Amino acid sequence: MVTNITNFGRSGLSDWLIQRFSAVVLALYTLFIVAYLLFNPGLDYATWSGLFAQTWMRIFSLLAFVSLAAHAWVGLWTVTTDYLKPTGIRIGVQTVIILAIFVFLVWGIQILWGA
Amino acid sequence: MSNMRSLSFDAIIIGGGGAGLRAALELAKSGKKTAVLSKVFPTRSHTVSAQGGITCAIASSDPQDDWRWHMYDTVKGGDYIADQDAAEYMCSEGPKAVFELEHMGLPFSRFDNGRIYQRPFGGQSKNFGEGGQAARTCAAADRTGHALLHTLYQNNLKNNTTFLNEWYAVDLVKNANGDVVGCIAMDIETGEVVHVKSKATVLATGGAGRIYASTTNALINTGDGIGMALRAGFPMQDMEMWQFHPTGIYGAGTLVTEGCRGEGGYLVNKDGERFMERYAPNAKDLAGRDVVARSMVMEILEGRGCGEHGDHVFLKLDHLGDDVLGKRLPGIVELSKTFAHVDPAQEPIPVVPTCHYMMGGIPTNVHGQAIMMDADGNDQIVNGLFACGEAACVSVHGANRLGGNSLLDLVVFGRAAGMFIEGALNEGIEYLDASESDIESAMKRMTRWNESEGGETVPELKRALQSIMQNSFGVFREEENMQKGVGQLAELRERIANAYLPDKTNAFNTARVEALELDNLMEVAEATAIAALERKESRGAHSRYDYPDRDDVNWLKHSLYFPTEKKVGKRDVNFAPKTVDTFEPKVRTY
Amino acid sequence: MSTLQVSIYRYNPETDSAPYMQEFQVDTQGRDIMVLDVLHLMKEQDNGLAFRRSCREGVCGSDGMNMNGKNGLACITPLSDVVKNGKLVLRPLPGLPVIRDLVVDMGLFYKQYERIQPYLQNDTPAPAIERLQSPEDRDKLDGLYECILCACCSTSCPSFWWNPEKFVGPAGLLQSYRFLADSRDTATDERLAELEDPFSVFRCRGIMNCVAVCPKGLNPTRAIGKIREMLLANAT
Repeated sequence: MVTNITNFGRSGLSDWLIQRFSAVVLALYTLFIVAYLLFNPGLDYATWSGLFAQTWMRIFSLLAFVSLAAHAWVGLWTVTTDYLKPTGIRIGVQTVIILAIFVFLVWGIQILWGA
Repeated sequence: MSNMRSLSFDAIIIGGGGAGLRAALELAKSGKKTAVLSKVFPTRSHTVSAQGGITCAIASSDPQDDWRWHMYDTVKGGDYIADQDAAEYMCSEGPKAVFELEHMGLPFSRFDNGRIYQRPFGGQSKNFGEGGQAARTCAAADRTGHALLHTLYQNNLKNNTTFLNEWYAVDLVKNANGDVVGCIAMDIETGEVVHVKSKATVLATGGAGRIYASTTNALINTGDGIGMALRAGFPMQDMEMWQFHPTGIYGAGTLVTEGCRGEGGYLVNKDGERFMERYAPNAKDLAGRDVVARSMVMEILEGRGCGEHGDHVFLKLDHLGDDVLGKRLPGIVELSKTFAHVDPAQEPIPVVPTCHYMMGGIPTNVHGQAIMMDADGNDQIVNGLFACGEAACVSVHGANRLGGNSLLDLVVFGRAAGMFIEGALNEGIEYLDASESDIESAMKRMTRWNESEGGETVPELKRALQSIMQNSFGVFREEENMQKGVGQLAELRERIANAYLPDKTNAFNTARVEALELDNLMEVAEATAIAALERKESRGAHSRYDYPDRDDVNWLKHSLYFPTEKKVGKRDVNFAPKTVDTFEPKVRTY
Repeated sequence: MSTLQVSIYRYNPETDSAPYMQEFQVDTQGRDIMVLDVLHLMKEQDNGLAFRRSCREGVCGSDGMNMNGKNGLACITPLSDVVKNGKLVLRPLPGLPVIRDLVVDMGLFYKQYERIQPYLQNDTPAPAIERLQSPEDRDKLDGLYECILCACCSTSCPSFWWNPEKFVGPAGLLQSYRFLADSRDTATDERLAELEDPFSVFRCRGIMNCVAVCPKGLNPTRAIGKIREMLLANAT
């Protein structure tokens, strides 16, 4: 078994499951948004913000944001371990990725639940 | 030579095929310091090409089956110069060795009851030839050799065997007493030459089919062990006995298993006639391989061959149906498509008898100990030297090997050699160390090639050798032509002694390996030629136009070729099995 | 048109400071011979050309190489299958260190094979005869045990190129599943535990180069999928 690993779970199976589950969530979310946009051709700010005012939409969106964060982390962690062989650079890039994902997630939550 | 690195082992096994790996496994389990030295990664050894199966009376297809029947078939198949004590040992120990392989994981095909699948092969009978065709060949589809070799390699990994992979053994090292105390070997990757010291040196180097232009054998089958033993002055037994497999793919030489005929395929001539019915009314296409090969050549010579030049016959399989072809013979379907451009489900495969197996080799007893002859003509053990597998002549195959008996030979005698060496090591073996001059003499030919400065190159000389053997020592032989061949070989030996190795670099120099192999091909070819000329009778695979009959009065004997004098002597065949009555020589019909 | 233009990767560490491509004109006499035959003709022109070969019938796995950009066995690849515009480009298997010319160091590949414990493990006492196995259970090994360890698959796999020390690679995983699928093997849990990390199995991205190049027509991607299913079933 490979034990020198810098991801969080250290389990390929959980990473793999996270990728699959988050992908399904993101696909559903994307489909929903696309369909919503198609069925509301003259979309204005009020309708749009009305949608996000509903609790179920906020939960759905939060789920999608968390999924996106997890998906991005597992995916980008994999990409960095594939392509960035010097350890220092790899850890540096991974740190930047974690920070960015964290910031985007907090920012997203703030937009969603704030105000 | 004092700057040469040396390695020390209790036992060194030269050759990583079925026999070598089986011997190594036994020794690795015993904890002895053992190494397998192989010129290729072990799973590239020629055992991997064996297709049809491993013949053994495990009583699966027929619960009444008896190893004695198998022994009878083996002795008869060998035209009565198989040693009966050895055939007895192989056939009776066989089931144990096969079950061990299964326990190691070999993926045998199965019958519905879960037991190992067995198919009919040539020369098999029940009840000492009285009970009709037997089905005694245990098979893993038509990839039995592959499955067996990989299983053995895997179990050697499990038991932490030391491997010297892609190392080439150059020559044996003998001490002042004539004991074999190791070898000179070259790490092919780096070119480093090393003195390998060992208390037991096992030659499991396989066959030498590459002495012929047309052969089913791998390109690596160059008789390295035979060459080494001959150069060290040890005698070879029954070297005139070369099996021509009836069904090599026409043109390519690749093997089509006898299992095809076991599963119901048969040979036809240009008239579509199933001609084996004429030559072997009972066994038909499943007669001994020598019989079938000769019959095919007769058909071709009498103008009933197939194709534009009438120089081959057809193997018909299309009537077997997709199920049998797909399940039992998938590898054959693949090979015929690749090498004959024929889909056997639609069309017959063009085949021709092709050099396949060396029945002769280093004479040994059932423990794998190499044997030479003392001044009074008695057997004498060679200290430190062992042989098993195709390189050895125990002799269980006599003048003609039965299909499926080679894999059994490998595992039974590889195992036996391993067990014997373990015991001998436990009792303690001490031989005199090799001196500087002993080592230097083992380095002689390597040095010769390395210092060569001009002359003919290896590929042309190899071609010349193969064409001499093909033309003068094929399926049918006769005095004048063989005399000519022996003369040509003597000439060729001179040319090879002055040949040139242009590339003298060290890293993975395959040209150097091929040059060293050429020396071995030369040794094998000459031993074959001189022994063939000497045996003035027809027996098993050795058929002479000028002596068409078997001569039991003069030749119910092994031939023994002595390299130093280039003379052939005779050695008694063993007719004294321990637990069964002797099988007396009879007229051999199928 | 009986001459074939062959461009071949050459490197001898003793005489060359860097690898280079060398051009050969090979007289094939217009025959549709195998790439291995072409190599032999080339070796007669240049004795020093190094490549591995043994059985010359596609069962020993020695002569895996890259022919016009695709991995395969030289001995069972006819020119008609591979030559484009009268030209043949031969390179060593990608991703492994080159020892000389077409000969690569297979050490990493073998290491990954050894890592999956490629031998039957059964902790019950062996019977006096063979262990029984139904034909249906035996059928599960078809398409798995036939692997010849030629490394065509693993050296065409980007995941193996990037992580040859950590990702087992298609060949090793095919063999791993060969033992997981064997009704006679009792070490399933131990085997799965060894494979559960993010690299060993899960680095497979389903690119399927392995399937495209396997000279024996085997499907490592499917075997990897089965291992994933077993890991999943084992964990839930």
